Amino acid sequence: MIIFDKVSKVYKNGTQALDNVSFEIKKGEFVSIVGQSGYGKSTILKLMIGEEKPTEGRVFVSGYDVSDLTEKELHQLRKEIGMIFQDFRLLPKKTVYENVAFTLEVSGATNKEIEEDVPQVLNLVGLLHKADKFPNSLSGGEKQRVAIARALVDRPSILIADEPTGSLDSLNTWDVIRLLLKINELGATVILATHNREVINMLNKRVITLDRGKIIRDEQKGRYIL
Amino acid sequence: MQHILTSLKRITKTGVSNFIRNGWLSTATVSILTITLFVVLFLLMMSVLTESVIINLQNRVDVSVYLKKDTKESDILKMQNDLIALSEVKSVDYVSEDDALMEFREKHKDNEIIIQSLDVLEENPLEASLNIKAKDPSQFKTIVEFLESGQYKDIISKINYYENQEIIEKIGVLISSIRKIGFTISIALTIVAFLVAFNTIRITIYTMKDEIGIMKLVGATNWFVRGPFVVEGFLYGFVSSLVTVILAFPVLYFSSPFIKKYFYDIDMFAYFQENLVIIWIILLVVGVVIGALGSIIAMQRYLKI
Ligand SMILES: Nc1ncnc2c1ncn2[C@@H]1O[C@H](COP(=O)(O)OP(=O)(O)O)[C@@H](O)[C@H]1O
Ligand SMILES: [Mg+2]
Repeated sequence: MIIFDKVSKVYKNGTQALDNVSFEIKKGEFVSIVGQSGYGKSTILKLMIGEEKPTEGRVFVSGYDVSDLTEKELHQLRKEIGMIFQDFRLLPKKTVYENVAFTLEVSGATNKEIEEDVPQVLNLVGLLHKADKFPNSLSGGEKQRVAIARALVDRPSILIADEPTGSLDSLNTWDVIRLLLKINELGATVILATHNREVINMLNKRVITLDRGKIIRDEQKGRYIL
Repeated sequence: MQHILTSLKRITKTGVSNFIRNGWLSTATVSILTITLFVVLFLLMMSVLTESVIINLQNRVDVSVYLKKDTKESDILKMQNDLIALSEVKSVDYVSEDDALMEFREKHKDNEIIIQSLDVLEENPLEASLNIKAKDPSQFKTIVEFLESGQYKDIISKINYYENQEIIEKIGVLISSIRKIGFTISIALTIVAFLVAFNTIRITIYTMKDEIGIMKLVGATNWFVRGPFVVEGFLYGFVSSLVTVILAFPVLYFSSPFIKKYFYDIDMFAYFQENLVIIWIILLVVGVVIGALGSIIAMQRYLKI
């Protein structure tokens, strides 16, 4: 369902972020992508949603060749994917509630669905009481939880999480990991980028390890080894 | 269908709420757009003014054709009709011998010598005439040529064109210069005003480029992202046109008597009031087009994500 075929990525400024990366992720898998900061984790995830285009090779997600999509197909693909961005990417002029509701508005949900689902998912991440606040009045951890709520609310078939626990204390970290596992159990494919050793070692799931843009390990029950 | 309606509602709601939440930015954009619309209004009023100056100048220029005595009136009326049929001719007034005499007496009623000598004459010494006004003073030449070469040349005693030819041509040149200069100034000012307004909108959109990217990445279609900006652009145009019209009231109220007194005898304030609705609609359309279309054009590059 997700295929990277000999993908290389060189950014405009000449930085080579990925070097001949190939892997395949099946429907319903839970895959962690690990590696030190700057090793290309976010780049892989950005290629999956078409935010970046591969310099060489091809990326397929849900049957789409991601580097060659019309505007409409891109919309379809992104509707299927829930993405938790490393830098949150909340809309600053929308409230917490509106940020989460936006995902549903985009996919054409009814008002009734929005009114039911948004409070529910906000409750899930423990932020219902901040529904009417704007992002810039939230702490880093709270913003991260809004980002998570936004990615989950439309019940995506693929959930991509870019260091979703980076701003959380260990208590919240385990809540989030449990949430990801739960979603995976419910049938979604989950891709998690992280450099949190404890998380990886506890998950006991497939791990793809990156070193300076190259895959150096791809193990079914991986541990965090660098 | 239901889906499109829901989307439209959401887009409108978001646009209005952005307009309000972007308070400071909206105010700045509306201010710049108001200045642009003021320039447009100024040009509109200037064109009204110059047009009425031109019409006035044209009305002052006429050519009289004097007709030989004992020409039959029916011939004169036929000639009048033929002249009116010419496309260059604006109007033709017939002044009969008697009318001419009455006018002459009226004009010189204080001059006893003239009145007495008129009384001595048994016959009316004045000739009937046709006063021709052209749509454009430069066309008199054609009209006069028509008269001199046509079937009427035998009944014409005199055409007062040649002694006035120089001044008539000068007025013609003056009118076309006024038009040309007015046109050039309008185009230049319009371009400058539009560039300033468009640039402001570009900056406004630039500050929102990250948000535009985020919306695209969470799956919005281009039109779902554009929509609220179009609504916002519409509101910019709407508010600016209202502000412009409201500000124009005192400005014209105070400058109108001045224009009337020192510059030209036309009541701009009255004109503005009489044509308020159409003027407002013109400003609204210009404002909305700049606001909405400007936003769409300015954001196009940020949608490619
Ligand atoms: N937009 C960009 N332009 C230029 N270089 C970039 C860009 N994004 C990332 N990079 C570079 O690409 C490399 C990989 O970055 P990234 O994928 O963000 O790594 P990670 O998520 O593992 O920290 C880094 O060297 C980073 O500096
Ligand atoms: Mg990263």
